[in-house]
Amino acid sequence: MSRAKTVSVENFRARVEELSGENVFACYQCGMCSAGCPLTDQMDRLPSQVIRDLQQDDITLLESNAMWVCASCLACEVRCPKGVDLAKLMEALRQLHLRKELDHVSIDEMSPQEIAKLPQIALVASFRKKTG
Amino acid sequence: MSEEKLMQIFIMGKAYNVPAGITIMDAMEYAGYQFVRGAGCRSGFCGACGTVYRKEGDYRLEFALACQEMVEEGMHLTQLPFTPAPRSRYVLDDLDAGENVLLQHYPAIARCVSCNTCTKACPQDIEVMDYVQAALRGDLEKVSELSFDCIQCGLCSMRCPADIKHYHFAQMARRLYAVTQSPEPDHLQTRMSELAEGIHEAELDTLMKMNLEELKQRYAQRVIETEGEAS
Amino acid sequence: MNTIPYFPGCSLKDTAASFESSAQFVMEKLGLQLQELERWNCCGTVSSLTTDDLMHHLASVRNLVRVQDLEQTELVALCSMCYNTLSRTAQRINADAEERDKINQFMDRESDYQGAVVVRHLLQVLRDRIGWQALEQATPHSLEGLNVACYYGCTLLRPKEAAIDNVEKPTIMSEAMAAAGAMPVHFPFAGECCGTYQVVDRRDLSIERSFRVIQSAAREGANVIATACPLCQHNLKEAQRELAGASELADIEIVYFTELLAAAMGMDSQKLPEGLSARMQQVAEAQTG
Ligand code: SF4
Ligand code: SF4
Ligand code: SF4
Ligand code: SF4
Ligand code: FES
Repeated sequence: MSRAKTVSVENFRARVEELSGENVFACYQCGMCSAGCPLTDQMDRLPSQVIRDLQQDDITLLESNAMWVCASCLACEVRCPKGVDLAKLMEALRQLHLRKELDHVSIDEMSPQEIAKLPQIALVASFRKKTG
Repeated sequence: MSEEKLMQIFIMGKAYNVPAGITIMDAMEYAGYQFVRGAGCRSGFCGACGTVYRKEGDYRLEFALACQEMVEEGMHLTQLPFTPAPRSRYVLDDLDAGENVLLQHYPAIARCVSCNTCTKACPQDIEVMDYVQAALRGDLEKVSELSFDCIQCGLCSMRCPADIKHYHFAQMARRLYAVTQSPEPDHLQTRMSELAEGIHEAELDTLMKMNLEELKQRYAQRVIETEGEAS
Repeated sequence: MNTIPYFPGCSLKDTAASFESSAQFVMEKLGLQLQELERWNCCGTVSSLTTDDLMHHLASVRNLVRVQDLEQTELVALCSMCYNTLSRTAQRINADAEERDKINQFMDRESDYQGAVVVRHLLQVLRDRIGWQALEQATPHSLEGLNVACYYGCTLLRPKEAAIDNVEKPTIMSEAMAAAGAMPVHFPFAGECCGTYQVVDRRDLSIERSFRVIQSAAREGANVIATACPLCQHNLKEAQRELAGASELADIEIVYFTELLAAAMGMDSQKLPEGLSARMQQVAEAQTG
């Protein structure tokens, strides 16, 4: 029987810190990142809540949609008074999925009509951020 | 047979002694393997005989055509005669050769990370990565030129970390390029109208009546026309 | 003519061809030719952000090697996503000998990258090498009547080390526009995200973000939005098509900044975006008539 691929959650916080190179405890929860994030409307957890959940080693964060809604715009990165790069944490969370082949964009289901006219950079970027 | 120099190779992990100076394909047959699939032309054209090996003391995994590559002492090898790589369905005449057409049918092209693994795997010495890159930017002409010698062995696609189906989209590019952009060669036009006029019917009849020996002779004597001098 | 090594990027060869052709026209006029790298590959578009993921920097490094092979140390990019990705990789790999070594060992068919190539955006070249004064002199065809909102989006401004100007208050594109005779319009969404690659699987989201950018520019009186990225351009145009309806937002021209400069330098109006030519025509007629 084939086993479904899953994200391993052992040492969750430590693994995210290792992948991102960020120290989640540098954050003092000022909320600046969430204030400036253009996509909070669509997130089930705010960027500052993502980092709070990491501080608390809360693995339910892996089910949050925040990492997939994040557009790597880096508004949070340039504004964080503590120099935390949240975009890197978001990337680490995505990578935990993508490295297990748990893609978030389904290439096979895209129709030629959808792809037509999209600039190449849209596809390359999307596949890099959302497929593994 | 007894003076023949033998060397040891490993086929799927099992050791065999085979004569030196023969191809991997011959060596496998010598060792008792029978090719039901994975062999075709036996002359490096059909792409059916993809093979993968590692040489003693070489950290690299190497790729080749079994009918072309010679065995070497201590080679570890196996066959990879087929790469599962579904082809996109399209009707050539319905395609718009404009923006993005290759990506529309093979979106994984956009996943290329420029690792160059495909180029290293190609037994035809094609700059595979470069044609993938040309495809990404929609350059049908360049894809066609660079991929022209592709024999569709599939080794590139077997190796690609981005799961690109190189040889399928390259074929699509060549077809599209031929239909939409490349100038139609004069000699093809001429030949087509000759065929329509039935000029070659008599010659064909003669050929049909020849026996095998006569045919072989004719084949050996054939003159190959270069482009432009067709008559 | 002086030349500078130039990286076009994939979109500029296909879906965004007018971005490139207008830039080439502009640079010819300015006497600094963009010399396209003979062999180049996709930059990767987005910077890989994890510590261990060097693989995704390969694509950019290969392009830096091509520049090095020309015995040059400067590479100019036009697409702001390419600029951002190439520049960040260059900065990371130039500064880290160990990572450079790893990459060099992997790319065993390339010459070793020495870590000396610097990546610039065309706007930086215009400002620092050509100068606004020279640009002004080279743009006799007035852009008067065009109120241009310069839209930077993310990748020209963030992260800080890739910013081509002040992160929160950029003026570089406005200065270029002013030099060409247009009226720059300041608007608060100049550096806001257009939704970027989310357009692929979350189109709703990119349309919504992009429409806000257009609304903000319109509110401040813009009749043109200048972009520097094929993806911003695409997203903004889609948002306009989908949501502007018959409102005045539908009349805003969304064009590449290079198209505006090219117009100011007298590029054939056939080669310019239709709306832009028409608008310039209107202004010219109003002035003479
Ligand atoms: S801006 Fe920085 S310090 Fe403030 S909540 Fe966000 S990550 Fe934490
Ligand atoms: S990088 Fe992601 S989390 Fe940060 S502001 Fe942009 S969209 Fe929000
Ligand atoms: S390009 Fe790929 S399929 Fe074609 S010959 Fe080379 S390795 Fe084989
Ligand atoms: S192997 Fe795949 S990812 Fe690597 S260069 Fe070739 S096509 Fe690109
Ligand atoms: S058998 Fe045809 S290429 Fe080897």
